[in-house]
Amino acid sequence: MNELLPRLPFADWIDTGVDWMVDVFGPLFDGISTALESTVETFVDIMDFPPSILLAVIFAVLAWWFSTKRIALFTLVGFLFIDYLGYWYPMLQMLALVLTSVAIAIIIGVPIGIWMSQQLMARRIISPILDLMQTMPAFVYLIPAIFFFNIGVVPGLVASIIFAMPPTIRLTMLGIEQVPKDLIEATEAFGSTTWQRLLKVQIPLAKPNIMAGVNQSIMLSLSMVVIASMVGAPGLGTKVYQAVTQLKTGVGVETGVAIVLVAIILDRITQHAGRSKQGGKES
Amino acid sequence: MEEASKSKKIEVKNATKIFGKSSKRAAQLLKEGKTKKEILKETGATVGVNNAAFDVLDGEIFVIMGLSGSGKSTLVRLLNRLIDPTSGQILLDGEDIVKMNKEQLRNVRRKKIGMVFQNFALFPHRTILENTVYGLEIQGVAKDERNNQAVESLRLVGLAGYESQYPGQLSGGMQQRVGLARALANDPDILLMDEAFSALDPLIRKDMQDELLQLHEDMGKTIIFITHDLDEALRIGDRIALMKDGEIVQIGTPEEILMNPSNDYVERFVEDVDLSKVLTANHIMKHADTVQIDRGPRVALRLMESLRISSIYVVDKGGRLMGALTAQDAVSAAERNLKIQDVLIKDVITTTGESVLTDLFDIVSTATIPVAVVDEKNRLKGIIIRGAMIGALAGDNQFINENGEISEDEQVEAEVTAHE
Repeated sequence: MNELLPRLPFADWIDTGVDWMVDVFGPLFDGISTALESTVETFVDIMDFPPSILLAVIFAVLAWWFSTKRIALFTLVGFLFIDYLGYWYPMLQMLALVLTSVAIAIIIGVPIGIWMSQQLMARRIISPILDLMQTMPAFVYLIPAIFFFNIGVVPGLVASIIFAMPPTIRLTMLGIEQVPKDLIEATEAFGSTTWQRLLKVQIPLAKPNIMAGVNQSIMLSLSMVVIASMVGAPGLGTKVYQAVTQLKTGVGVETGVAIVLVAIILDRITQHAGRSKQGGKES
Repeated sequence: MEEASKSKKIEVKNATKIFGKSSKRAAQLLKEGKTKKEILKETGATVGVNNAAFDVLDGEIFVIMGLSGSGKSTLVRLLNRLIDPTSGQILLDGEDIVKMNKEQLRNVRRKKIGMVFQNFALFPHRTILENTVYGLEIQGVAKDERNNQAVESLRLVGLAGYESQYPGQLSGGMQQRVGLARALANDPDILLMDEAFSALDPLIRKDMQDELLQLHEDMGKTIIFITHDLDEALRIGDRIALMKDGEIVQIGTPEEILMNPSNDYVERFVEDVDLSKVLTANHIMKHADTVQIDRGPRVALRLMESLRISSIYVVDKGGRLMGALTAQDAVSAAERNLKIQDVLIKDVITTTGESVLTDLFDIVSTATIPVAVVDEKNRLKGIIIRGAMIGALAGDNQFINENGEISEDEQVEAEVTAHE
C-alpha cells in the first residue's frame, strides 16, 4: 500500500534467527530435550508404579501433612473419582508435566526474583521480559519450540515453564522487598553479608509470598495443558483437545472436571504449605 | 578501664548528610549559610545532619535529643554508617570509619558497635534465642559458644527462660529487652540506642531506663542514646546534645542545659521540665555555718547571735558532722557549765548531695532545723532551707547553685532571711 516504504521483513529476520539457532545450538537443544523428556517420563513411571488407590492414599497423606484433614479427604475422593472416570493414566501424564514445569520454574524463577530484588538494573531489564512472557500468545512460542525440541512433551513443557514462571519471579521479588526496613537495618547493623541477610532473614520472611507465587505458577501451568497437547504433550489435555475436535460434549466435561479437581487439590495444598509453620506461632 | 575512662571513644568532625540528588549544590548552599528550608526549596535536597561535631567519651552515656525531623536518627546512623555521610569524619578509636572498605566496616559493626532499634526490629521467624544469637551466628562463632553467650546475655536483661519463645509472644517491654540482649551478645564497646524506649509505655519505660543505667554501671559500655523526650535525656544522660534542623544547638551535662540554655530554642525546650526531678540537694543547698565541737557553748551562742540563727551544726576538726545545737540548749549548757557535746542533738536528718528534690520534700517539710547535706564521709557540705527549695522550684535562678557549688556572695543573705 505504500510504495516508498517496503514492508518491514521482521518475520524473515526472526525465521533466519531461529534457523541459525537450530543450526548452531541444535545438539544443545537435543540434549535439553532428552533430559526434560526423560524427567517427565520418570515422573510418570514412578507415579504409575503403585496401584491407583495406593497413590491416591499417598497423595492424601501428603495433603494432610502440608495442610488439613479436610483437604486430605478431598484429595482422596477427588483422585478416586478421576480413577473411576478412567482418566488415571492421562491424569498422571498431566501431573508429571505440571510438576516438572513448576519445579523448573521455581529453580530458575526464585534466584531471578532474588536477583531482581537486589539490583535495580536487573529489575529494569527483566520486568518487561516478564510482561512479554505473560502476554505473548502461547501459540507464538510453541512454533519455535517445535523447531528446537520437536513434537512431543518437551515443547509443551517449555511453553508451560515460560508462561508459569513470571508469578514466581515477581512474588519472590515482592516478598523480599516487603521485609520491613528496620529488620534489614538490624541485619546490616550487626555486620551481615548480603548472603547472610538474604538467607537468614529476607528469604525466610518472604516465604509466604514465594509460596503464593508457586501456587500461581501451578495454576498457570495447568491452564497450559490443553495448548501443550496441541504439540503432542500427552495427558488430560489431549483428551480435551480430542473432545473439542470431535465435538464430544460429555467427554469434554468429564476431562474438564478432572482437570479442575487436580487444580483445586494442588491449589489448596500449596496455599496451606505457604501459611503454616510461619511466624513461629504454631497454633 | 578506669584509666581510659576519659579518653575519646568517638569523634565526629563536621559530619554532614544531605539526602537527595543535588546534594553537591545543597552542600555548597549550606556553606553559604542557607537554612534547611531554603535549600529544600532551591534544590529539593534535604539536609539531614548539618556539620555535626562532638566527642563521645569512653564509658559515658551520650544522649542525642531533638524533636522528630531534627536529624537525630540520621546522626546516629552515621556512626555505624548505616547512612553514609556526605562529608566529614567519624573517628572510632581514632580510626575514620568513613574511609573503611566494606570488609573493615563489617568487622566494626560485628565487634565494636551494637544497635537497639525503636520498634525492636526482632526477626519474627526466629526464637528469642535465635534472635539474640544472630550477631554471633553471622560471625561464625561455634554453636555451643554462641548459644552460651546469648543465654547469658538474655539473663542479664532478665529474660532467662524465654529462649524458645517467639517475639510475637512477648510484650513490648520484653521485646525490647531481647533487642538489648541481642546487641549485648556481641559484647560491643559501643551501644547505639535509637529511641529504644520510645515505643514503650511510661512505667515500663522507666524500668528500662533504670535497668539500662544499672547495666551501664556494671558493664561500662559507651552508650549513645537517641530520644525526643527531655525527661529521659536528663535521667540517663551524662551529657546531652540537643539537635534542631540537623544542627547540634547545645552540648552539655543535663545541668548545663537546664541552667544555661544556649538559645531560645533550648530554653523553650527545657521550660516544661519538672525541676523537682532534676534539681538535687547540691543545687539548692546553702553554706552551713558551723562550730567545732571542742569550742565552748558560749562561742556557739555568740556565733548564732551574730548570724541571727537559732541553731547551728556542730562538726569535728575534719568537718565531719557531729550533730546540731540549738540556741536554747547552748544557753542552758553555758549556765550549767556543760560542754557542747553534752547537749548535742545527735540524730539529725541528713541527705546526700545527689538526692533529687522529689525525694527531699518529705524530710524538709517535717524537719525542725535545716536539713544537713553530707558527703559519703559524713562531712557537712551545706544545708537545705525551705525557702530556697521553693524558690528553686519556682525556677528562680538566684536559689540555684551553678554546678552544685555554693557561691560566696549569697550565703549570708539567704541565711538571715530564712533562718530566724
